Amino acid sequence: MDRLPRWADVVLVPMISLLLAAIISALVLLAIGQSPVEAINVMVDGALGSAYGWGYTLYYATSFIFTGLAVTIAFHAGMFNIGGEGQAQLGGLGVAVVLLSVPWPHWTIALAAATLGAATFGAAWAAVPAYLQAKRGSHIVITTIMFNYIAAALLVYFLVDVLRPPGQMDPASARFGETVRLPALNDLPIFNLVFTKAVPANVTLFIALAMAVVVWAILWRTRLGYQIRAFGKSESAARYAGINPTKIIMISMLLSGGLAGMMAINNVMGEAERLLQNASEGAGFIGIAVALMGRNHPLGVVLAALLFGFLYQGGAELGLWTSIPIEMRIVVQGLVILFTGALDVMVRMMLIWCFGLVRSGRAAAAAATKGAA
Amino acid sequence: MDYNTLLQMLDTTLRLATPLLLACLAGLYSERAGIFDIGLEGKMLAAAMAAGTMAALTGSAWAGLLAGIAASMVFAMLHGIASITFRGNQLISGVALNFLASGITVLAAQSLFRQGGRTPALTGDARFSPITLPFAEALRDVPLIGPLYYEVISGHSILVYIALAMVPITWWVLFRTRFGLRLRAVGENPAAVDTAGVSVVGLRFAAVAVTGVLCGLAGAYMATALQAGFGREMTAGRGYIALAALIFAKWRPVAALWACLLFGFFQSLALRPDVVQAVVQFKVPVPFLDALPYILTVLVLAGFVGKAIPPRAGGEPYVKER
Repeated sequence: MDRLPRWADVVLVPMISLLLAAIISALVLLAIGQSPVEAINVMVDGALGSAYGWGYTLYYATSFIFTGLAVTIAFHAGMFNIGGEGQAQLGGLGVAVVLLSVPWPHWTIALAAATLGAATFGAAWAAVPAYLQAKRGSHIVITTIMFNYIAAALLVYFLVDVLRPPGQMDPASARFGETVRLPALNDLPIFNLVFTKAVPANVTLFIALAMAVVVWAILWRTRLGYQIRAFGKSESAARYAGINPTKIIMISMLLSGGLAGMMAINNVMGEAERLLQNASEGAGFIGIAVALMGRNHPLGVVLAALLFGFLYQGGAELGLWTSIPIEMRIVVQGLVILFTGALDVMVRMMLIWCFGLVRSGRAAAAAATKGAA
Repeated sequence: MDYNTLLQMLDTTLRLATPLLLACLAGLYSERAGIFDIGLEGKMLAAAMAAGTMAALTGSAWAGLLAGIAASMVFAMLHGIASITFRGNQLISGVALNFLASGITVLAAQSLFRQGGRTPALTGDARFSPITLPFAEALRDVPLIGPLYYEVISGHSILVYIALAMVPITWWVLFRTRFGLRLRAVGENPAAVDTAGVSVVGLRFAAVAVTGVLCGLAGAYMATALQAGFGREMTAGRGYIALAALIFAKWRPVAALWACLLFGFFQSLALRPDVVQAVVQFKVPVPFLDALPYILTVLVLAGFVGKAIPPRAGGEPYVKER
């Protein structure tokens, strides 16, 4: 089989996958009697048409950068971490525990502590499936899925029986207090020139971008990263080269769970300012689509997270202004995962065929000119 | 816990184990043929929605069943195309189809009925009604065995008995027919099957199709027998629990029955907090009981499986040599 040029592999394949997902989504909308053109107008207008819309798009993108990086780092070790959702929920619990137990004097110290708490709780939630995979051979996909359900139940228990202040009806923790409020983009100098209204996007965005650089550096600039990638490519070769499988599985999953947990500083500390039930709203699952779409590279993850931020905010606008159910987001998410993750060979085969046509066309043209000369 | 409570628990166990068993056997065909299927959950959900919808529209549970099988089949074929024809990643394909099913079922139910993503409550012939087995009434007064037969074994919908019958049928198909031998071979060593002149692609598609039918039965059972209609995310991870049961059963049909009954029993515990409390002698938080089937699934996978060796070519796309 011919090979694709590198630029086509990196740029064209995800673009065409995305296009196919968009076409099918449009067909789904037509099938339920809605207009795709109107839908895309509402989405673009609501998510990108104003600074206010961008404030939400960037807020969602921040969460998705964390969960996308989480899936990416596990993927490189050959692990498929579907547990990002549960790890993000636990991260939220970590944030709440840290912020409610100590009266933090300033948001900067609180942010550092909450980040540590979120990462620790998320990593701890990933540690059990990782250990079971490494030592007992329990399939990580199934155990992480089970841990998502267990996390949901655990959060209900904590919110109803432990963290709920007396006299409050809804299952949620107490508010974190004014001193630990994270500055939103409209509170920051320079940014407040663009974001004049209050938006949920906050300083966590910069932490997310920094983590993308950190993940890139770990994976491609350290010995550990080399070991992780070697292990993911071929377990037997890595073992033969003296790489300890247990260590790599544990470290990569701890990093993955920690990153997924860290998204909680965006939604729990930065936006809701208290712990709510199902705070992560499926962002952990979006991480799978983001990682696949971003070709498991931190730069790609950031771009894909922006795209999904747009889809998420746009989808919410659909739920507000049209009769299209908000679940349309999950359909698009599934389609993107399907085309970028499972049908990538199909897209590549289509492209190779197209490139072949162009090439033989050129050859024919060259032969014709030669003949004429 | 007295004998009557135990019988009630066993009755619930059998009802809850049925969708697990059907999904587990569905996964068995697919995985024995070398195709991993994380998407049992999505197929069940799609089938439940289609069955609930069709049963509500026609008033016939059987029409619902057919619609359920058809919907599940569509998802099975998508999985087949992605993982067999285009040799894609089978885990990712399954996950993608689960999301697709999760979203599209609500979308369809909402646009059809406008009841918040549910299908209307089913009554009468739109549901599969319980069947009283012969002599159940007559034997009811026989000590011990009579109530067991009457309460636990008799009085379920036809799909429960179909699921139970599928166990020996699956065993016979896999281990006593030419098709079964080839199916198992294609999951262990597809190159050998190919050399023998049998189509690897054809066999794997056949296995995936059987998976589609059985998941269709499981989903239809959820919407038209276990409950009265489809609700969003109603399968609640049963597809994954069925996968865990499949691993626990080491990909064998009869062991799958026992594994699914065990997981069904775990689920029935979550429904009876009073019984659990009476047995353990202290108040157990309800969220813990909700999580119990999932916790026990992890424990089973972690501790009691022993060495579970999956079919050797499982998850590997077959590339014919050129």
